[in-house]
Amino acid sequence: MLGPMDAHEAIAELTDISPQVRDVVVIGADGTVVASNVDAEARVRALADGARRLGEGADEVRAAHGLGPAAQLEAATVAGSVFLVREGGRTIVATTTPEPTVGLVFYDLKTCLRAIEEPKKPARRTRKADDAAA
Amino acid sequence: MPPRKVVTGMLLAAGSLAGSLLVRRRAARRRERVDLYAEDGSMLSLADGTPEAGRLLAIAHELLGPA
Repeated sequence: MLGPMDAHEAIAELTDISPQVRDVVVIGADGTVVASNVDAEARVRALADGARRLGEGADEVRAAHGLGPAAQLEAATVAGSVFLVREGGRTIVATTTPEPTVGLVFYDLKTCLRAIEEPKKPARRTRKADDAAA
Repeated sequence: MPPRKVVTGMLLAAGSLAGSLLVRRRAARRRERVDLYAEDGSMLSLADGTPEAGRLLAIAHELLGPA
């Protein structure tokens, strides 16, 4: 298991160990893009937006079947697959080559997501510190 | 009919059957689908051709298109 690391570093590690994985975007709990291996900003936005729509669509389908929300999904096409994994409020979306090793890709995406350290919360100001500053 | 011709015919038939099974299996694997997993690992698989899969596959095609 990898230790906590920078998001870009984790994605680089992911694409290094999993050559089937192509474009990757990590989305934070607030919906903002945390990191990606894609340079073009428009493409990153399109992937993040697509991930949101895929996740919402998947939840709607599962709800229609009386099931809870989707934790992960694979949309397989002849051109490749789109994987989406949600964990702890964060989401990772990745495109792959056609006919990927599904179990391995899910495992690698989860490992990547877990390896990314949580953004540090700003230190809380205390009354004492505020008074001293005044 | 000479026995040799019968054996050749049977081998040819078996070969074509095996070939067609392989092609069918490969075609089935390449069929488009969406698999939705819950946190407990249970899966709901949507085969291509259903409206539910169509909507999600359209998004997937969009994301895979300009790669």
